[in-house]
Amino acid sequence: MAVTDTIPEQAPRPLVGGDRPPGALADRVFRALALGAGLLVLVILGLIIYEMTNQSLPWFRAEGFNAIFSDNWVPSAGHYGALGLVVGTLVVGAIALLIAVPVSVGIALFVTEVAHRRVRRPIVYTIDLLAAIPSVVFGLWALRALETPLANVYSSVSDALSGVPILGALTANPNPSGASYMTAGIVVAIMITPIITAITREVYATCPPAQKEAALALGATRWEMIRGSVFPHSRSGVTAAVIIGFGRAVGETIAVALVIGSSPRLTEQIFGPGDTMASVIVNSFGEATGTERAALIGLGVVLLAVTVVIGVLARTVLAGRQRRLGVA
Amino acid sequence: MTTVAPRAPATPARPDSIYRSRDGHRSRKARNTVATSLISASFVLALVPLVGVVVFIVQKGSGVFGWHFLTTDIPFSDRDFGGGMKPAVVGTLLITGAATVMAVPLGVLGAIYLNEYGKQGPLARLIRFLAEIMTGVPSIVMGLFIYLLWVLPRKQNGLSGFAGALALGCLMLPIVIRTSEEILRVVPEELREGSYALGSRKVRTIRTVVLPHAAPGIVSGALLAVARAAGETAPLLFVIGIVTSTNTSIFNGPNTTLSQQIFRGATSPFVAAQERAYGAALTLVLLVFIFTALARIVTSLYARRSSAGG
Repeated sequence: MAVTDTIPEQAPRPLVGGDRPPGALADRVFRALALGAGLLVLVILGLIIYEMTNQSLPWFRAEGFNAIFSDNWVPSAGHYGALGLVVGTLVVGAIALLIAVPVSVGIALFVTEVAHRRVRRPIVYTIDLLAAIPSVVFGLWALRALETPLANVYSSVSDALSGVPILGALTANPNPSGASYMTAGIVVAIMITPIITAITREVYATCPPAQKEAALALGATRWEMIRGSVFPHSRSGVTAAVIIGFGRAVGETIAVALVIGSSPRLTEQIFGPGDTMASVIVNSFGEATGTERAALIGLGVVLLAVTVVIGVLARTVLAGRQRRLGVA
Repeated sequence: MTTVAPRAPATPARPDSIYRSRDGHRSRKARNTVATSLISASFVLALVPLVGVVVFIVQKGSGVFGWHFLTTDIPFSDRDFGGGMKPAVVGTLLITGAATVMAVPLGVLGAIYLNEYGKQGPLARLIRFLAEIMTGVPSIVMGLFIYLLWVLPRKQNGLSGFAGALALGCLMLPIVIRTSEEILRVVPEELREGSYALGSRKVRTIRTVVLPHAAPGIVSGALLAVARAAGETAPLLFVIGIVTSTNTSIFNGPNTTLSQQIFRGATSPFVAAQERAYGAALTLVLLVFIFTALARIVTSLYARRSSAGG
C-alpha cells in the first residue's frame, strides 16, 4: 500500500513479520486448544460408533437379517431376533407423542398467546422443573403410585371395548399389575413434554406480530388468529419439535424399564406387558455374556442409528424453515 | 435467482376459513372459548405429574429422610431397616463433580472455537451438527460405550466412580457446548472490536472481554447440565459397580449414586430397601432442584445487572 510512504521514521515497527509481538504464541496455542475441544465431539462420536458396532458384530453374524426383522427374542434358547423390541420402542414412542404433542402445543400457546406477560417466565420455569426431575424418580412414582389406578382404568376400558373390531384387539388382556406399553407411554409423554414445549414455544414466539394483529384487526377471535396466523407460520418448526421429542422418547430408559413389564414378544395389546430396546438393555446387560451381550450392544447401535436419523431429519426440517423465513 | 417471485409468507388468516360461520357469531365465540379453555387446561394437565411426583416423594421419603439418613452407610442387606444413603450422596457428588470438571471447561473451549474461530466455516458447522446429534444420543448408549471403552479392558478394576464420570461427562459435553455457544453469540460484537482497537490480541479479548461478559450465562447453562447429569441412572448402572459403604476415591473401587440406589430400591421386594429408595429420591430431587434454582438465580442476577448497567 502506498500509505507506507507517509509514515514518519519513528513509526512503530509493523505488527506483521519480523519479531513476533508478545502474545502471538499464546494466541495460536489457545486457538489449537479450542479447536481440540471442538474436535473432541467428533472423536467421541467416532469412538462410540466404532466400539459399539465392533462389539455387536457377533450378533449380526449370528442372526443376519433376522437380527432386526424376526420376532424371536429368547435368550435362554440363544435366539436374538429383536423385531418385538423395535416395534415395542415405536409403540411406546407413538403413545408418548399422541399424549405429549397436543399438551405441549397447548402449553406453548398458553405461554405465548393466552397467559399474561408477567406470568410467562414462572410458567416456563415450572415446565422446566418437569424436565429437571430425574427419569428414575418418575419411574419410581409411576411404579408405586400410578400403576394400580391405571390398571383399573385399563380393565374397564378393555371390558368396554371388547368385541369392537380393532380397538378390542388393541385393548385386550390388560396386565393386572398395570405394567404395560400404555403406562410406559404415559410416563415417557410426561418426560418429553418439556422439550417439545420448549421448541414449540420458541417457534410460536417468532410468528410476526403484524400477522397476528392483522388477523385480530379483521375481527378474528383469538383462536381464529392462532389458526390463521400462528399455525401456518410454525408448521415445520412444530414438526421438528415432534421429531426431536420422538428421539427422546426412543432413548428413554430407566422409567420405561420400571413400568413396562418386560415381555419382549411382538403384540398389539397395548395394555399388556412389553419391552423396548433401551429397557431390555437395562434389565439384562448386567448378566449377559457372549452373543446376548453382543445383541444388547447391537440394540444400542440401532438406538444410535435412530438418533442420527432423527438428528438429520430435524435439522433438514429446520433448515428448510430458515430458508423460507429468510425469503419471506 | 432474483427473478423468482418470493414465495408468499405462510398464508395469513384465510378469510374463507375464518368467516365460514358468519351467521353463527355465537358459535365462533363459543369455539374460541372452548379452545382457550383447552389451551389453559393443558398447562394445568402438565402440573398434575409435577405436583404428583413431588407430593408423593415428599410424603414417602420424609419418614426416613434426615441428617442421620444423609450420614449413615447403607445396610448390607436389603432386608434391614434403618441406615442411610451417605455412600450414594457422596458418590453422586463425586461422580457429578468429576464429570463437571471434565465437561464444562472442554465444552466452553469448544464453544469458543465454534463462535470465535470457526464461525460459519465447514469444520465448525460439522462440529455444531455433531454436537446436536450427540445431545440426542440416549444415555444408556453412553453407558454401554464407556463400559466397552473403559471398564471392559480393565476387568474388575474398571468399575469405578471415574468410569461413571466419563459417561456423565460425555452426556454433558454437547449440552455445555450448545448452551455456551448460544451465550457467546449474544456478546455484542462492539465489545470485541473495542478490545481489538485497544491493541488486545484475540486470546486476551476472549479472556478479558468476551468470557466475563458471558460468564453468568455459561455458569447457568452448566448448572442445568449438572442438574441433568446428577439424576442420570442408565449410563451408570454398568460402569460404577455398587457399594454399601462410603467410597471417597473416584479412581479406586466401585461406587454408588442416589439414582442407582433408587433403581435398586424400586425393583427390590423388601420394604426396607423400598423405604430407603423413597428417601434417596427425596434427596436427589432436592439436590437437582437446588442446582436448577441456582441456575435461575444466576440468570436473574445477570439480567438485573445487564439491564442496570445498560
